[in-house]
Amino acid sequence: MNARRAEPASEGGSVPVLAADRLRVERGGATVLDVPSLSVHGGETLAVIGPNGAGKSTLLLALATILAPSAGSVLFRGMPVGSGEAALPYRRRIAVTFQEPLLFDGTVAWNAEAGLRLRNVPKAEAARRAGEMLGRLQVAHLSGRSARTLSGGEAQRVSLARAFAVDPDVLFLDEPFSALDPGSREGIVDDLEAALRESGATAVFVTHDRGEALRLGDRIAVMIGGRVAQVGTPDEVMNRPADGDVASFVGVETVLDASVVSADAGTFVARVASPGTAGPAPLVEAVGTCGVGDRVLLCIRPENVTLSPPGGSGTSARNAFPGVVSKVTPQGAVHRVVVDCGVPLSALVTTHAVADLGLLPGLPIVASFKATAIHAIRR
Amino acid sequence: MQMILDGLREALRLLVTLDPEVVRIVVLSLKVSGTATLVALLIGLSGGVALAFLRFPGRNIVVAAVNTGMGVPPVVVGLFVSILLWRNGPLGMLELLYTPAAMIVAQVVIATPIVMGISLAALQALPEKLRWQAVGLGASRLQTVWILVREARLPLLAAVMAGFGGVISEIGASIMVGGNIKGYTRVLTTATVMETSRGNFEIAIGLGILLLLLTFAVNAALTRIQQRKRPR
Repeated sequence: MNARRAEPASEGGSVPVLAADRLRVERGGATVLDVPSLSVHGGETLAVIGPNGAGKSTLLLALATILAPSAGSVLFRGMPVGSGEAALPYRRRIAVTFQEPLLFDGTVAWNAEAGLRLRNVPKAEAARRAGEMLGRLQVAHLSGRSARTLSGGEAQRVSLARAFAVDPDVLFLDEPFSALDPGSREGIVDDLEAALRESGATAVFVTHDRGEALRLGDRIAVMIGGRVAQVGTPDEVMNRPADGDVASFVGVETVLDASVVSADAGTFVARVASPGTAGPAPLVEAVGTCGVGDRVLLCIRPENVTLSPPGGSGTSARNAFPGVVSKVTPQGAVHRVVVDCGVPLSALVTTHAVADLGLLPGLPIVASFKATAIHAIRR
Repeated sequence: MQMILDGLREALRLLVTLDPEVVRIVVLSLKVSGTATLVALLIGLSGGVALAFLRFPGRNIVVAAVNTGMGVPPVVVGLFVSILLWRNGPLGMLELLYTPAAMIVAQVVIATPIVMGISLAALQALPEKLRWQAVGLGASRLQTVWILVREARLPLLAAVMAGFGGVISEIGASIMVGGNIKGYTRVLTTATVMETSRGNFEIAIGLGILLLLLTFAVNAALTRIQQRKRPR
């Protein structure tokens, strides 16, 4: 998904719709959020991912002025929004949804109109706009029902309709799918994606699910330990993680600690530090500019690792390591296979290939990957 | 045994034939306790809202005082209100002692902490995120309070009924500041005490049944409310 709506260009270039400026939140003396700067541009969806306790929700609450920051400010179209009651004009331009639908005790229609009524939109107009959004999220037929009688999926759809109904400039979504079972989740993600595209709203979408972030995010911000460790396009974040923490969170399963032993134009060879294992430490050839002696983290995504029987010649990869299978874990249509080559290497293999190769723990195998499949992080 | 059966029979006759004295007593009881409950609702709900949403120094002490107030014996309230309204007491010039107004004042003092304490508990029992949701939908501070009070409306109704149940069945304060004057300040509880002491069990039983019915109705409604669930 690319930015869905171009912002009207202002005189000094494009001003982000939303920005954090030296935003800090402290709790009990400890800093739980420290974001020197972060911008969200018009029409884009910024997915915020990170492990539990990384401060994703705190960031969302602070940006939505639900939580007053200890220091710093939130800028809306370049202007500080203030906090508390002073931020009310800003809060009338945004809408927030949470993991729980948090519907009010009343009918579905009443809930969907709630945000509009708070803005003193006339009843008929509120009913029309709320009805439209209930339809867009496929819950128009529930209008007359009491919110108390809805299933989890239905309630979350109503909650999203309530947020979209106010036509927010910025929509904040805090883990909107986490409490749903996989069956109802899929359809809601589709409908949210369509609603986001149609409304052209700028969105901040907090999730711990990388798949959802890749799907809905135009850009991804990775939070680790209360700070934004990296912001970038999905490709940048997934394939060129800024540091080891980001790499291990975004799912680069194999992160090898290595030191460069030789370097050429655009390629280098690094010796993997593998304490505690017998045999010579493997040499890995990778693409990138490094100097001899540099310490690097080599990130290898499991889908880029191929497995082949020993003695075969079916691989053109430069990096081929003999080893033994140490673990095979089924994951839906694929299996995650860990191969011990002196260092553990993870590979994603189709169920078909697992049967073909007879992959079982203890089987000798060759794990290989291309030099271009490695993302090196210099330390 | 015969005495009890005769008592029940006579009691039912008094109720069914709408004995004027019984009707007068019931009407006055409802008037006094109803008015007291309404006033207690105004003060108690405002206080409960303030305690639930404001943070100020000494708040814990106020909350502790309210909780203590929920259990203050009505005779103690009767004593203090009597002293206040006594002919040469601080409010003696109002000449309210032994009037229905004095009973209302005493019952307000009894019911207010009950309404306030239960309102506070009801508002605090709402999920914290519900407040975030209201704020995140663009509610002003007043609108947020309104939304949360509306969300807690059933437990708040419970607070009102608990307050009413407390004062309609209370005797100590009513008899001390009202005086059980026939046709003027005689209510269900004071009349029951008097008729029992005189050995007029049939009237006492009749009045007792009425009180029981009122209490039962209040508690049945309370139970229903407490069984209701919040939406997701």
